[in-house]
Amino acid sequence: MQLTNRAKKLEKKPMTLAERAYLPAIFQGLSITMRHFFMKKATVRYPEEVRPFSNTFRGLHVLKRDEQGRERCTACGLCAVACPAEAITMVAGERKKGEEGLYREEKYAISYEINMLRCIFCGLCEEACPKAAIYLQPDKMAPPRYERDEFIYGKDRLVEPVSPDERSVRGIQLTADQATTLRTRLA
Amino acid sequence: MIELPALGWQSIVIFIVFALSLLIATYCTYAERVIAAFLQDRVGPDRAGPYGLAQPLADAVKMFTKEEFFPGGANKALFVFGPCLAMITALMSSAVIPFGNIMNFGNNLFFLQGIEVNIGMLWVFGVVSLGVYGVMIGGWASNNKFSLLGAIRAASQNISYELAMGMALIAVLMISGTLSLRDITLQQSVAGEWHVWNIVKQPLGFIIFLVCAFAETNRTPFDLPECETELVGGYHTEYSSMKLGLYLFSEYVNIFVVSAVMSVLYFGGFNFPFQYELRDWFVSNQGWELASAQNLITLLGTVGLFLKIFAFIFFFMWIRWTLPRFRYDQLMRLGWTILIPLAIFNIVLTGGLILAGVI
Repeated sequence: MQLTNRAKKLEKKPMTLAERAYLPAIFQGLSITMRHFFMKKATVRYPEEVRPFSNTFRGLHVLKRDEQGRERCTACGLCAVACPAEAITMVAGERKKGEEGLYREEKYAISYEINMLRCIFCGLCEEACPKAAIYLQPDKMAPPRYERDEFIYGKDRLVEPVSPDERSVRGIQLTADQATTLRTRLA
Repeated sequence: MIELPALGWQSIVIFIVFALSLLIATYCTYAERVIAAFLQDRVGPDRAGPYGLAQPLADAVKMFTKEEFFPGGANKALFVFGPCLAMITALMSSAVIPFGNIMNFGNNLFFLQGIEVNIGMLWVFGVVSLGVYGVMIGGWASNNKFSLLGAIRAASQNISYELAMGMALIAVLMISGTLSLRDITLQQSVAGEWHVWNIVKQPLGFIIFLVCAFAETNRTPFDLPECETELVGGYHTEYSSMKLGLYLFSEYVNIFVVSAVMSVLYFGGFNFPFQYELRDWFVSNQGWELASAQNLITLLGTVGLFLKIFAFIFFFMWIRWTLPRFRYDQLMRLGWTILIPLAIFNIVLTGGLILAGVI
């Protein structure tokens, strides 16, 4: 039954001698693969060589400090409200006397946790924050781990370290040895 | 007739020949992966060692530490014997390949060759054809009907291509008039004459031999003995750990041996152009002794032979990552209805040309 007039009648032509001999096609194929042998590789040697991140990349979170090294976060909870994945939990506390150098305002976060298994890196927490405390770093990814509880990031891993020695690489806090080597390399 | 040297010093050469074949075959596994990666715009293994050069070692460790598995109801002795036989036959055939001419130290003559026998080519063919038993026994002992089917396919493929291979070879033997691989090599360059390799005299025979060599070593496009799409996996479906490793490794030893045989039969073996002129130049212009000049030429020739072998090995891998697999009936048709008649035609043609005095 013919439904349309668009059907094309395909004609199967008999193969020419060169096509039947099969060898010219083989040589053509060989030349193609040989060209690819000398082409630039599409892959990179990953751990040593990293592709540049895009300008809009949103990576691992960081809780910023202000110019005097005080934590900016006031545990207002707006980020947790804005979070569509409900990955952020926090407990607020009151600043005591003598802690003015640690926290910027009277209220601060006693604990602040982000569950990286839930986080979708949408960046809404960053937009919601009135104190410019939480940011998604443009050059760091949440590193892979073996245990699920290692993906709960507490303040120890989120708050920006005070001294440059305690900088983290790919979001992992440096050990004392690694910090020493980094310091010697920077010096 | 060349006297066999007393066993002793020659055994060192035998040891080196076997060690070399194994080493090259080992690195073929690495080369295969690197070449495959390059042909597909990837980088390939580069984690183990510099440029991934320790990769074969890592593979071996993995193979050795994997679980030994025996299928239920399988004949254990035969099950182990299959891969051993495949490996033994692959290695044995490398014994007669001349890797170089004679080295002369004082009055001690060294053959850069495992053993020099005047039935060399016959030896290679006899031993290589035994390799089918390794496949057959492996498929039979697996106690798996799919493995057995795969083994039967592999055996029928190997046998049918061996016929065409032998017939292509006969034309070479007609020209050289000897079965000794060393003599065939030496006849491709006679002092004072043009340096003519057999490829010039036997282009058709070489193509037939090449195609059959691919089928013999079970390489793409004739790698039907082991295919996941049509069979579950082939004759070694039930194999694991080093037993599977031996099967796969014997394939690479086979590639090395076949490349060496092709280089010797068609590409002049350890000969290279102007070798006698070079030797005479060292003797007359540099004042070297004839023996030491000959030793230098021998060493250069060995290097040249290995370059030829490596080029062939590269070609094998190049083909593998270019061409798709044949269908089984296409494979059989190519073997029986195209290659064997072509080989017979080649024999007749060669005979006619020899009678006419052309070659």
